[in-house]
Amino acid sequence: MKYMLLIYTNHENWESLTEAEGAEMSAAYGTFTEGIIGTGEFVSGAPLDGPETATTVRVRNGARSTTDGPFVETKEHLAGYYIVDCATLDRALDLAAELPDAKFAGVEVRPVGDM
Amino acid sequence: MQGIAEDLFRAESARVLGTLMRRFGNLDVAEDAFQDACLSAVETWPRDGVPRNPGAWLTTVAGNAALDRIRREARRLPKEVESSGLRDPSREPASLGADSEYDLALLDDRPLTDDQLRLVFLCCHPALSSDAQVALTLRTVGGLTTTEIARAYLVPEATMAQRLVRAKRKVIAARIPFRLPEGDELDERTAAVLHVVYLIFNEGYTATGTESVVRPDLCVEAVRLSTLLQQLLPNVAEVLGLRALLLLQDARRPARVDTAGRLVPLDEQDRSQWNSDQIAAGISLVERALTLGPVGPYQVQAAIAALHAEAPAAADTDWAQIVALYSLLERIAPGPMVTLNAAVATAMVDGPGAGLAMLDGLADSGELTAHHRLAATRAQLLELQGELARALTAYDEALTLVDNSAEREYLTSRRNRLVAE
Repeated sequence: MKYMLLIYTNHENWESLTEAEGAEMSAAYGTFTEGIIGTGEFVSGAPLDGPETATTVRVRNGARSTTDGPFVETKEHLAGYYIVDCATLDRALDLAAELPDAKFAGVEVRPVGDM
Repeated sequence: MQGIAEDLFRAESARVLGTLMRRFGNLDVAEDAFQDACLSAVETWPRDGVPRNPGAWLTTVAGNAALDRIRREARRLPKEVESSGLRDPSREPASLGADSEYDLALLDDRPLTDDQLRLVFLCCHPALSSDAQVALTLRTVGGLTTTEIARAYLVPEATMAQRLVRAKRKVIAARIPFRLPEGDELDERTAAVLHVVYLIFNEGYTATGTESVVRPDLCVEAVRLSTLLQQLLPNVAEVLGLRALLLLQDARRPARVDTAGRLVPLDEQDRSQWNSDQIAAGISLVERALTLGPVGPYQVQAAIAALHAEAPAAADTDWAQIVALYSLLERIAPGPMVTLNAAVATAMVDGPGAGLAMLDGLADSGELTAHHRLAATRAQLLELQGELARALTAYDEALTLVDNSAEREYLTSRRNRLVAE
């Protein structure tokens, strides 16, 4: 079963970290990634640039419109993701709980469908 | 000397930054290097004289400055430089080296033109907000300083500086490409560029009264940008159409505001104050644009402006032809403002009743109910029709909605004139 772990984060949380805490977070991500590569569960994953770099595309009546943003009025934003291939949802939830950002904003887990 | 240098920096901004973007692929690096070159010019030109080709001189000096910066950064932060999308200068072909750049810039104009176009398309990319497009275009293509842009838009300098920083950050982080759009995309992206220039012009054109004294002239900047666009895209009908429209509207600027800073409507303007050279240039441009095809909204608006400009007096205006052009405009670029203007023209041909009927349709659509011009236009047509009480109500409604001081004063005087009668 493939799941996507959507990592939400909060800029204020990140900014409140000391340099040592930030390094610890990064190291924890490294350990996590190496761990699931080791178990064969890692499919892909990446951090995303901040919401200020986002662009939204909409097509209405065949015409494309492109807008800067969205700048949703929430403190949390999607900061990165993993796609994991694991036996059960429970295992995916365990992995999500291991992610450093689970301690702050939250990690959303969703099954990945087939194309 | 200072003033001459500043004018040259502005005039050369798009060309120098275009070349630097092609070489280094990073807007921050390009801008910082151009700044370095300008500082160096301010130091050396008074002593050595202005170079024969200031653009090539600035490009060469800025190119060297950029290389210096990148080498310094690469020693300090090798990883960041690699991930920032910067090209490795050591891998550039020798012919583009700093020493030969001066000659290269003199030799061949076409790549320079394309680089300027790429820069324009980058600044007006749809992934940027409209405010960001305007600010970035004035800064990068127009060569205005942050202070000048902030003053023109009546915002604190820190606000404008932040807007530019954010815009540049988005360009770099989202990797907005430095490229020429192709095929259908070219038309769409060109329209976006023209819209940015049009917004800049309108911002200057609606700013009247005492404010205009301290505002650097956005109308002049927009006309200058449209001149550059015409050089870059000489055979695109709408590019010529926009330039014609701006020239024709700008020609009326001296007569639009009286000595007391009050707005003077078109039919009351002293037409001898209109800039006849600009009118002649605008008319000949719109005529040429219409032969190029396809016809677009700027050409039609320019053709309407040309009909106003050609009338020796307001009473001589060819309103029938203006009505025909507005119905063409309603077909190719419909919008509430177009309908509003069409209603005024229709009133001049078929009487105020016909115009008022069109305004009723517009009011029912609800699109302009928050805009003072709908109520103001209704007031004037009701006045023409002799329905003074209803006109008064409409003037009052317009006055609660208007936000520009010169227009408020104008509406107040119209209203008071009505009360006095």
